[in-house]
Amino acid sequence: MDLAPAGDYRSSYREDMTIFPTRNSRLAMLLGLALLCTAPLFLGRYELGLLINIGTLGIAALGLNILVGFTGQISIGHAAFFGFGAFASAWLHERWHIPVALCIPLAGVMTALVGLVFGAPAGRLKGLYLAIATLAAQFILEDFFARAQWFTGGVAGRITEPFSLGGWVADREESYLYVVIAYVVVMYLAAANLMRTRDGRALIAVRDHYLSAEVMGINLAYYRTLSFGIASLYAGIGGALYAHYLLFVSVEAFNILFSIQFLGMVIIGGLGSVMGSLMGSAFMVILPEVVQAGADLLSGSAIDRALKLGASISFLREMAVGAAIILFLIFEPDGLARRWRLIKSYWKLYPYSH
Amino acid sequence: MDWTLLLQLTLNGLIVGALYGVVAMSFVLIYKASQVVNFAQGEFLLVGAWVCWWMLTEWQLPFWAGFLLTLAFMTLFGMILQVVVLRPLIGEPVISVIMATIGLGIFFQALMKWIFGVFAKPFPPIFSTERVNLLGLEVQTVYLMSLGISVLIMAGFAWFFTASKHGLAMRATAFDQQVAQSLGISVPKVFAMSWAISAVVSAVAGVVVGVVNGVSSALSFYGIKVFPAVILGGLDSVIGAVLGGLIVGVLENWAQYLDAEWLNWGNMVTIAPFYALIIILLIKPYGLFGTKNIERV
Repeated sequence: MDLAPAGDYRSSYREDMTIFPTRNSRLAMLLGLALLCTAPLFLGRYELGLLINIGTLGIAALGLNILVGFTGQISIGHAAFFGFGAFASAWLHERWHIPVALCIPLAGVMTALVGLVFGAPAGRLKGLYLAIATLAAQFILEDFFARAQWFTGGVAGRITEPFSLGGWVADREESYLYVVIAYVVVMYLAAANLMRTRDGRALIAVRDHYLSAEVMGINLAYYRTLSFGIASLYAGIGGALYAHYLLFVSVEAFNILFSIQFLGMVIIGGLGSVMGSLMGSAFMVILPEVVQAGADLLSGSAIDRALKLGASISFLREMAVGAAIILFLIFEPDGLARRWRLIKSYWKLYPYSH
Repeated sequence: MDWTLLLQLTLNGLIVGALYGVVAMSFVLIYKASQVVNFAQGEFLLVGAWVCWWMLTEWQLPFWAGFLLTLAFMTLFGMILQVVVLRPLIGEPVISVIMATIGLGIFFQALMKWIFGVFAKPFPPIFSTERVNLLGLEVQTVYLMSLGISVLIMAGFAWFFTASKHGLAMRATAFDQQVAQSLGISVPKVFAMSWAISAVVSAVAGVVVGVVNGVSSALSFYGIKVFPAVILGGLDSVIGAVLGGLIVGVLENWAQYLDAEWLNWGNMVTIAPFYALIIILLIKPYGLFGTKNIERV
């Protein structure tokens, strides 16, 4: 067995900064990935669809976490950037006939550029001023989506082509899952590595104390804008993956509620935790299913008739999202990532957990 | 140029702007007293309007009784929210507090949709005459009432903060919490009171809008329109909030005029304030009357 020791015995920077501290953690990660890759053998299409959603939303949530959790800047317009990525990818393919496999990263870059435009105020603003600026960005982009027929297809929406590479077409859940897994692995490794570089540490310094950071020679405006750009890049790639999974993008999907759901994922997963973003998006994807299951369980009973559960399921889901955000903030502000650490340390120290 | 239309739109803008000003004022009240940016301000309007509507239609109460009961309910509502949700978050980072109010916002919006449905429902008529003629312009009576109530609330605020004991305590708390505490002011009480007042004032605005346009979840959009107003006026200035509200109200009506006459973009009414918001944030982030926060290295 190759367990992490109880104390801190690291003696070099290299050891301190490693992503996987022990051989077992690397092994567990590879095993988990292998298990995911065999998921089409034992899961139905619906469950695979949920997994794909967790992956695409998880990529965008990670971008938001880099902005909110690592840099301490708030964005209430993440869904608009997510949507921009989706439309950009569809537009690039239809207008310029670029292969879909290339469209996805290009859409990410385009979204990053748009993000930088709206992020220009982010260089000067912080905290709630930025929150309000991104709120404005959300409404402006939403209005743009509804108006720009050439880009989004207007009210009718836009049909997208499935992902294809060489002769292989990923037009079903079973095959598209692998595309999403590949992107999730690349994007998450990139983020984990970003946090080990000078730039990543600068972002964290900006969050922890921006004045001290500036004293240490960190250019605040540059890093705030950079973080906004990275967040938009992730949102764009997530959105593009989302578009080529659903094969249809509609204008109304990317409203403020969706933006709030992204924030919810980051809060619930854990601010400033890379893996937490994935846990948070899994939570947010599974929560409506749980609400649905609960309503189905009660369907036909007196409670159902009295409260109209079946007809108002979408409101119940929204309420569950709001309630989950509030409850996590009050009772577990560090999110699922901390809960996971507690569970791990409980078993590591078992039976002497105190 | 159609001058009567422009004048009519300006008047409409001032009337709606006065309501924005009232909501913005109650937003600023919470921000000043407890340093919380309340993203659920619009839901205060929504909850207040629905509760009043419910009392008037289901219970068949006369307007004044239903209205007073609504205000009593909103006092409790604001206080309970502050004590149950916001108090545990004192000392947490700004992000957490903002997120908590956003969570409250979507929770109550969905709850109201669940209870009352998604369609707009009209209030029972309150005035016998529908419109009056004012200097050659047709004005609905309810609009005049809304303008009157807005001015009344603003005057009430002015009196409250300059002359009443509680208002002064609130200003002292906003200035410095520790000093206020050492002077014998109960800061938790001030926080709860500021939320209660804010909820009540927003609910009045909500009922007024409900009487004019009918009650629907569109009311909560007032809570978002508040942001251009308060940013323009300065986040911590009550006068700025009123002025900002008026300016935003007029601005969106002018934008609509511009849109209808020349641009034909559609939807400028709702979007113009947000363009203005971005521009203000770029040029003058602390607004017209806000406190400048100077930080230098």
